[in-house]
Amino acid sequence: MTDMIPSPILTLTDLTVFRGAAKILDKVNLSLAEGETLALVGESGAGKSTIATAVMRLLDGAKVDGKAELEGAGDLLALSEKQMVTLRGRRLSMIFQDAGAALNPAYTVGRQLITVLRRNLGLSKTEARARAVELFTSVGINDPEGRLSAYPHQLSGGMQQRVMVAIALACNPDLLLADEPTSALDVTIQAQIVRLILSQTRARGASCIFVLHDLALASQACDRIVVLYAGQVVEAGPARDILEHHRHPYTQQLKSCVLEIGTRELTAPEGTVPPHDRMPAGCRFATRCPRALPRCAGEAPPLIPARDGAESPLAHHFACWNPE
Amino acid sequence: MSVQTQEAPVAAPIRKSRRSIFLRRPFFTIALVVALGYVLGALFAPYVAPYDPVAQDINAMMKPPSLAHLLGTDSYGQDILSRVIYGARYALIIGIFSVLIGAAGGLVIGLAAGLSGGWLEWALMRLIDSILALPSLILAVAFIAILGQGVDKVVIAVGLSMIGPFSRTVRADVMQVRVQLFVEAATLMSIPYLKVIWRHILPNVIFPLAVQVTIRISEAILVSSSLSFLGIGVTPPTPDWGLMIAEGRAFVSFAAWMSAMPGFALALLLIALSIVGDGIREEFDPKLRRGA
Amino acid sequence: MIMAQTQTQTTAPTAPVFELIEVEQVFPVPRPGRPFMSRDTVGLRALDGVRLRIAQGASLALVGESGSGKSTLLRVLLGLDAPSGGRALYRGKPIREARAFGTGFARDVAMVYQDARGSLDPRMTVGALVAEPLRHFGIVPKGEEAARVAQLLDRVGLPADAATRYPSGLSGGQIRRVAIARALASEPSVLVADEAVSGLDVSTQAQLLTLLRGLQRDMGLTLVFITHDLGVASYLCEEIAIMYLGRIVETGPTDAVLSHPAHPYAAALRAAAPRFFEPIPEPLPGEIPSPLDLPKGCRFSSRCTAAQEDCRLRDPQLGQHGAGRAVACLHPLTETGAQASEIR
Repeated sequence: MTDMIPSPILTLTDLTVFRGAAKILDKVNLSLAEGETLALVGESGAGKSTIATAVMRLLDGAKVDGKAELEGAGDLLALSEKQMVTLRGRRLSMIFQDAGAALNPAYTVGRQLITVLRRNLGLSKTEARARAVELFTSVGINDPEGRLSAYPHQLSGGMQQRVMVAIALACNPDLLLADEPTSALDVTIQAQIVRLILSQTRARGASCIFVLHDLALASQACDRIVVLYAGQVVEAGPARDILEHHRHPYTQQLKSCVLEIGTRELTAPEGTVPPHDRMPAGCRFATRCPRALPRCAGEAPPLIPARDGAESPLAHHFACWNPE
Repeated sequence: MSVQTQEAPVAAPIRKSRRSIFLRRPFFTIALVVALGYVLGALFAPYVAPYDPVAQDINAMMKPPSLAHLLGTDSYGQDILSRVIYGARYALIIGIFSVLIGAAGGLVIGLAAGLSGGWLEWALMRLIDSILALPSLILAVAFIAILGQGVDKVVIAVGLSMIGPFSRTVRADVMQVRVQLFVEAATLMSIPYLKVIWRHILPNVIFPLAVQVTIRISEAILVSSSLSFLGIGVTPPTPDWGLMIAEGRAFVSFAAWMSAMPGFALALLLIALSIVGDGIREEFDPKLRRGA
Repeated sequence: MIMAQTQTQTTAPTAPVFELIEVEQVFPVPRPGRPFMSRDTVGLRALDGVRLRIAQGASLALVGESGSGKSTLLRVLLGLDAPSGGRALYRGKPIREARAFGTGFARDVAMVYQDARGSLDPRMTVGALVAEPLRHFGIVPKGEEAARVAQLLDRVGLPADAATRYPSGLSGGQIRRVAIARALASEPSVLVADEAVSGLDVSTQAQLLTLLRGLQRDMGLTLVFITHDLGVASYLCEEIAIMYLGRIVETGPTDAVLSHPAHPYAAALRAAAPRFFEPIPEPLPGEIPSPLDLPKGCRFSSRCTAAQEDCRLRDPQLGQHGAGRAVACLHPLTETGAQASEIR
């Protein structure tokens, strides 16, 4: 495993996003191996959705620095919008939290899917329709023929999300970004959708980035977890390392807030994420950290490997002066 | 439910750190200065105007703009600048008072329609619809025909003609507010319904109404000037812009300033008022502010 | 009759805070596929034979997915809607009557809405919002109002200067705290909370949950907590009621129900909740049926992996199942996970 580093499909280098004066992402470095599923976790404002939308180049009114290299396509951030259009859907695609809002209410879901198939794959009308039925069947939609002519509002939230998955996977992308795909859904539907996304991406050998807020779900669905806090990566690595041998106090705090069935004791963390204009100069978590040292307030800790020699960008890394 | 719950952890400093509205909205500031200029001119017309607005001077008839008469004189030798300044008085008085009449009537009818439901709502809405079917100018003409001419009559006529549009917007706001969760929460506390209306529905309706008032003053001024232009509003020699434009119409080929100056004064005030109204709405409407 | 049997036996035989007996709520809705302009309607059974008993001091989690009838049940409990069938009682009196008679009910039963922001008048300051119930119910003399507001804000962990702010300037977590402070202002004995911690970050959620548990313990509140999160239910509530398509299908002590669910739907919900490193379980087959077109027999039979012949013929009612528990299933799961052939 350590010798054979799988070639990364996506590499982010110093990805920084400014919105006005606020730096909402600060020098994020991360790699995604081919066929891997990765979870971005953190609280709202941590920048996890920003990473996904920045990679898709769908960030409006924000200044983006750094590089996002997709294998075979070069730096996505340097491409023209025209080139990006040809990549979206074919190499990269995205599933949004609110499928109801992401689907166009004025067209049937079939028409939306068929349009994608015809435009991106150049299929004829009948071919596209046949492919659409196939896709609907593969995402577990009963009566696919009939559902093609349904409008989004006629479908339940779970069904809408299945349609989104079908559209996102229509052109066999290499990388799927799923931004909280299940947080608007019931738990039993959530399990269905996550299983569906995993089985579909695995069957196609695609890689997948999940933006999640539920650590337990991340552990179930993903190979690797990246923990973000206030726009920075604080810890990243294989799921088991992150959840069972975590070094960063913030990871510990996030984990301790997860309520499993039977949890009787809960220690609520203090405070909230500082606003962007009052971000500490050193470690951004220092203001809330139970293990903070005097050094933490002034000096930002670098992201370092958790084990000596395990320098691979996919190995366990953390950014803390006083790790656990 | 829509997108991510992006919460500003402490939102109070955001408002403090925002620059003053006058710096952020230069057009608003300019428009406000212009509108205030009109108001001040109207208030202090006797001190600002160089001549008596109704003093006729046979020796200075139809003089083009000059140092003595900055905006020229009209066919009776009256100073146009003075008449424009005094005209602002009438324009603003008619605008403000007629809008207040319209807003008050609209508030009553709109509240009643929005809160009553059933046949009463149906009847009130058909009444409003029938008022709205006619443009406010035609309605005002009809009211003038009943009431007769004069500044006070114009105020009433224009005010009555604006009740329809005001009722519509008030009713729409009431319908929107009364289904809000905070109204249900108040009912749940078994607060009497009239008190809920007074304490929770009315304040949430009054504010958008106040914004509407600032926007619609310009409409009222336009309607009243149109009435005067048609010769059925205020009576000569009252220095009214609409009247002045009408009087200058016959001489427009060789003394264009007679119509152009009051027309320009009218246009400038209307533009300034709508920019001010829009600015106030965008700045203080919580619905727009949250989206920003 | 089911829920709080153990409690009521030990205490004096006072009437439970809430008691629902075969409550039904049927809404007329347009018949699907009716001709244009037709007024043909069918009854949508949002609640169908709900039995529930909530004793003084109990904490009950009402769990179910969207469409299970939680919100409809909530409106019946709060007296906002009268049930179309059955009886809904508050301390032995019909809820609607209790509500109509004075402010006693409104004062005693406080509500925290899921959309806390929407439940607060945006044109009032936090201080005015919290003071409103104080003044309305005449809890404190006018002079002590400010002090009581400060005390309430402090109790829910808000700084005293929050009183001068408007809801639009507060974060989601702070807004929920304001809603809780406002609910507590009337000194209620019952707190009804609808998804009061959903949609928040985990750390904010943890802060609110510890607050709510503290409040419940210190003030002896009866808590009715509507949630979709079994972890939240098990942390906060001693009892649980699981709803499916307008009926409570299983109820009992939270720990017992969640560790050994007897109803297959409860078991499926339990399995679907995310757990560290467990493989994601096989989801329930099919979709939740439309309440306009309920399956014959047991309403869960169309999705139940353990359904047998008679499940499609007989509609099971909520009935006793061991100590303090009740289940609406013809073939409840036993502790070993196997299926009992016939329990009753």
